[in-house]
Amino acid sequence: MLDSDQQIETHIPRLRRYARALTGDGVRADDLVQDTLERAWSKFALWRRGSDLRAWLFSIMHNVFVNQLDARARRPEEALPEAFDIPVAPAQERALEIRDLCAALAQLPPEYREVLLLVGLEELQYEEVAKVLGVPLGTVMSRLSRGRERLRNIMSGTPQTTLRRVK
Amino acid sequence: MSTITDQDLNAYVDRRLDAARRAEVEAFLSTHPQAAQKVAAYRKQNELLHTLFDPALDEPLPAALRHTARPRPQWQRYAAMLGTLAVGISLGYLGRGVATPSASPLALYKQAVFAHVAFVPEVLHPVEVSAQQETHLVNWLSKRLGGTVRAPHLSTAGFELMGGRLLPDDTQPAAQFMYQDNRGQRLTLYVKREPKNDPATAFRFAQQDGVSVFYWVDHDFGYALSGELPKAELLRVAEVVYKQLNP
Repeated sequence: MLDSDQQIETHIPRLRRYARALTGDGVRADDLVQDTLERAWSKFALWRRGSDLRAWLFSIMHNVFVNQLDARARRPEEALPEAFDIPVAPAQERALEIRDLCAALAQLPPEYREVLLLVGLEELQYEEVAKVLGVPLGTVMSRLSRGRERLRNIMSGTPQTTLRRVK
Repeated sequence: MSTITDQDLNAYVDRRLDAARRAEVEAFLSTHPQAAQKVAAYRKQNELLHTLFDPALDEPLPAALRHTARPRPQWQRYAAMLGTLAVGISLGYLGRGVATPSASPLALYKQAVFAHVAFVPEVLHPVEVSAQQETHLVNWLSKRLGGTVRAPHLSTAGFELMGGRLLPDDTQPAAQFMYQDNRGQRLTLYVKREPKNDPATAFRFAQQDGVSVFYWVDHDFGYALSGELPKAELLRVAEVVYKQLNP
């Protein structure tokens, strides 16, 4: 039987992956993971044994992330970066597509990004995502549809705002 | 065949459909190239996400995260906190006349958060004296703190009193009341004597270690209400506390 340290530790790599995709910045991502772990520790006694620890940790990360967004909204000088700063090895196959994805993710509103990543990257069930984010299932479904569609449009170069036609 | 919606397309990409519905979607895709393009694009998105972010799974953990993952047990953190206070007291003693280290409201909320983090996760002994002996609890704490202490009732805000305990503050005893709602969410109210004639203050807000705190000084007592709640919710409870103490 794993003790609670080890139980939480097994989930850290996935928390890091999600945090990196969510923030688009390795340093901020690890800050987010650290804040999440500290909070998880202080609340571990409140975790219902037998329930999904990973979903519980993701929901804590969601709360920490939202609080950080609120705090940043009050301090505009620390606004989110325009584009995600994820290093991509130049030789990497499909480097261009990946760069497009980074840019597109950064343009996605955070609430769409969260759903898209929890489903597409973390492969959570829709019901789990609803629990993690504290929103109804229908909201998860509509954010997923819209988020993916918007990402597709951004990546295919479909303008998101009406452009003035130049003759 | 019933209509195929965008939600069906997403559920198809995420393999959440049963065999019958999956067959219907596939039939639809074979005759609707635009929908098929969407499905291909969504699959590509997932694939790229994995290509881009999966390497994070295999990276060695930075020391800061490993440290966070293996924190000291709560009692050790509390003991370390007492150690810090002891140093504070001796420094304060050496620096008498230079500064009064404990009188600032800053010290109030930090001590409250330490005590909150130390005892809120406690399963067996969250409180020293339980709410069943409320009269005894309140009399005992009043005696030790040297002034009438009251335990506010927060059931209108959805929190029930669990009980309380006596704590060492830097130069004097302090009290902690603990509350819990029906979801197991816990709040603590930290109470300590403030020097006489200290002016009452407005609510102040702070956050530390993921804990939100509203703290204030009123009638010779300092109060700090701590919890892992959104600020607005905690404020609502803090207002109930304040009203209870100032009927």
